[in-house]
Amino acid sequence: MSAAATANAIEVRQLTRRFGQFVAVDDVSFDVRTGEIFGFLGSNGAGKSTTIRMLCGLLQPTSGTATVGGIDVRRNPESVKVRIGYMSQRFSLYELLTVDQNIRFFGGIYGLAEARLAERRRFVIDMAGLAGRETTLARDLAGGWRQRLALGCAILHEPAILFLDEPTGGVDPISRRQFWRLIDALSQAGVTVLVTTHYLDEAERCHRVALIHAGRLAAMGTPTEVKQVFAGRPIVEIRADQAVDAMRLLEAMPAVEKTSLFGTAVHAVLRDPAVSADAVADRLRAQGIQVEAVATVAPSLEDVFLDVIDRANAAARGTAA
Amino acid sequence: MRKAFAVGRKELRQISRDRRTLLILVFVPAFFLLLYGYALNWDIRHVTLAVQDRDGTPESRALVSAFVNSSYFDRVADAYSPDEIDRLLDLNHARAVLIIPEGFGRDLARRQAPEVQVIINGENANTATTVMGYAANIIRSAGATFAPAAAPSPPPVSVEPRIWYNPELRSTLFLVPGLIAYILMITAVISTAISIVREKEVGTMEQVRMAPIDTFSFVVGKTIPYFLISLASAALIVLAAMLLFELPMRGNWIALLVALSLFIAGALGTGLVISTVADTQQVAFQAAMLSSFLPTLMLSGFIFPISSMPQALQIVTYAVPARYFLIALRGIVLKGTSIWLLLPQMGALIVYAAVMLGLASVRLARESR
Ligand SMILES: Nc1ncnc2c1ncn2[C@@H]1O[C@H](COP(=O)(O)OP(=O)(O)OP(=O)(O)O)[C@@H](O)[C@H]1O
Ligand SMILES: [Mg+2]
Repeated sequence: MSAAATANAIEVRQLTRRFGQFVAVDDVSFDVRTGEIFGFLGSNGAGKSTTIRMLCGLLQPTSGTATVGGIDVRRNPESVKVRIGYMSQRFSLYELLTVDQNIRFFGGIYGLAEARLAERRRFVIDMAGLAGRETTLARDLAGGWRQRLALGCAILHEPAILFLDEPTGGVDPISRRQFWRLIDALSQAGVTVLVTTHYLDEAERCHRVALIHAGRLAAMGTPTEVKQVFAGRPIVEIRADQAVDAMRLLEAMPAVEKTSLFGTAVHAVLRDPAVSADAVADRLRAQGIQVEAVATVAPSLEDVFLDVIDRANAAARGTAA
Repeated sequence: MRKAFAVGRKELRQISRDRRTLLILVFVPAFFLLLYGYALNWDIRHVTLAVQDRDGTPESRALVSAFVNSSYFDRVADAYSPDEIDRLLDLNHARAVLIIPEGFGRDLARRQAPEVQVIINGENANTATTVMGYAANIIRSAGATFAPAAAPSPPPVSVEPRIWYNPELRSTLFLVPGLIAYILMITAVISTAISIVREKEVGTMEQVRMAPIDTFSFVVGKTIPYFLISLASAALIVLAAMLLFELPMRGNWIALLVALSLFIAGALGTGLVISTVADTQQVAFQAAMLSSFLPTLMLSGFIFPISSMPQALQIVTYAVPARYFLIALRGIVLKGTSIWLLLPQMGALIVYAAVMLGLASVRLARESR
C-alpha cells in the first residue's frame, strides 16, 4: 500500500497521550485528505502541539494509531520524518547563521545532494522574498521574513505533508496574509498542510478545521459545517455603552441562551429563532441601557469556538456532578 | 556522514560568531592558567627570614649577607633560642630560618664541610620547595666563594634541608599538569553542555529532531568542533605553561596528544550527558561546574594527594577521569614515561569516555521517544 493509494494523507485513530496522570491528548480520531489545508484550533494547552509531535514521530503515543503518508508513525517514525516537513511553534532558525547558512544546514541534515540543494535554495530564497539578503544573519531579519525562511527550511526536501505549528505567531497582519498565500500555493501543488492557529480569521481559510479542547476533539468539518451548531440559534450583536450591564440583563432574559463579549460588542445567542433582534434591543432599552446598534449576525468561527468550549465545560461539570 | 558534517560546520560557524563561547573556549583557559599559576606563587621574593648566627665569624656574616643580597629573603628577626624559632614560625613572623652552627668559620678554614640548617614553613608546599631551592643555591654559591680555588672538591658547605609541617613536599611543576586538567575539563564540559541546552531553549533542537538525522551523526557533528577547539586550547595551555612556568617536555608528543584526546573525549561526553538532563543553560552550567570543577580540583590528586584521603573518598576518585589523566600527563611531561607504561591510565580514560558518550547517545535517542 503506497502513500498515493490512499486518499488520506493522515489517518488518526483514538490517539492518546498521557504525561503521568495528565491526559494531554484524549482519544482523538480524524483524517486529513491529500492536498487539504487542515486547521487545528484550540486554546493554549489544548493538546495541538502534542498531537503534531506524535504525528511527526517525535513523541510516542500512549495509545491509538496514526498513519502519515501511509506509514505507521509508531512503528516507523524515521521513515515518516523523510516525508514530512515541520515548522515548530517558535519557528526556530539559527540566529547566528546567515539566511544561506541556515538553508545549507537544514538541507544538510535532510541529506540533500549538492545539486538539488542549490536548486531548492534558489526556490526558497525566491519564495520567501529573500533575494539580496542571503548573507543577512537570521537574527537580523524582521518577523515576516524569518517566518518565511523557516517555512522554506521546512520544505527544502519537498515533503508531501507539512506540519505547521502556529506558524504566524507574533507576525504582523500583512506578513500573515502573505504567508497564507504561500500555504495556499503549496496546497494547490498537492502538499497536505496541517496547521495550528489561534487566529480564527486564518481558520476560515482552511478547507477543514478541527476544534480541540482539553485534549479532546470537540468539533470538526469545513468552516461552514462547524457553524451549523448555530442552526436555529440566531446570534444577535449588540453595541451598548454599558456592555457588562447589558450582558447581565441579557442573561436574565428567557429567550437568551448565553452571551459573550466580542471586542466592544456583545453577542447573545437566542434559544428561539422567532425572537427578533429588535425585540431584544427594546427590552434592553426598557431596562435603561443605551443600545447604539443591534443586528442579527452570521456566526463566526470564534462564536463556534466559544460555544464548543462552553458545552465541553458544561458536559465536564455534568459528569463531575 | 554528510549530515554529521552539516551539523559540525554549522556549529563552527555559530561558535565563530558567538563571542561568549569563543571567550570561554580560548581565552578563559589562558586566563585561568595565568591567574592560578601566579596565585600558586611560582616566583617568590622577599621571604621573611630569621637568622640564628651562633658562630658570629666573618664567614657566617658573609653567608647571611648572601641571603639578604639575593633579594629573595628579607631579614626580619634574629633568633637566639629554639623557642624563639618556634615562636617566629608559629606566628608567621618568619617563613624561613637560617641557623648557622658554632664553628662554621672554623670548619670552613679546616675544609671540613660545615653544616647549615635552613628551616622553612612548609604549609604551602609549592612555596616551600621554591624557597628551599633558593636557599640551597645561595648556600652553594656562597660556599664556592669561601673555598680556595685549588681546594679539593667536596662541597664546602652542605645543605641539610628540613621542611616543617609538610614532610611530603611536592614540586610546583607537579601542579601545572593538574591545572591543565582542571582548565580543560571545565571548558570542555561547560561548552558542550551549554551548546546543546541552548538549542533546546531556543527550540532549534526540536526542529533538528524532526529531521531524519540519527543520534550518532548528531553527536559526532556536535562534538567534533568542540573536540578540535579543546585540543587547540590544550595546546595553547601546554605551550603557555612551558613558556611561563618552565614546564618541561621530557616525553613523547604523540603520547601527550593521545592522553589529551582521550581526556577531552571524556569531558565532551560528560557535557553531552549533562545536556540531556538539564533543560536550561543555568542548570547546565551548575551541573557542569559540580561534575567537573569539584572532582577535578579535589579528587584527582591535583591539590590533595589521593593517598592521604579517607578510604571512601579514595574509592570515589576511581571515577574521576582527571585522576588518570594527571598520572599520565605528569608521567609524560615531567618524567618522559613511555606510553606503554601508562596503558592502565589510558585504558581508564577510554572507558570513561566510552561510558559517557554511550550514555549520552542512549539518552539523546530516548529523549526523542
Ligand atoms: N513533555 C511534557 N510533559 C508534561 N506535560 C506536557 C508535556 N508536553 C506538553 N504537556 C502538557 O500538555 C498540554 C498540552 O500541551 P500542548 O503543547 O500540546 O498544547 P497546545 O495546544 O500546543 O498549546 P499552545 O497553544 O499553548 O501551543 C499542556 O497542558 C502541557 O502543559
Ligand atoms: Mg502548541
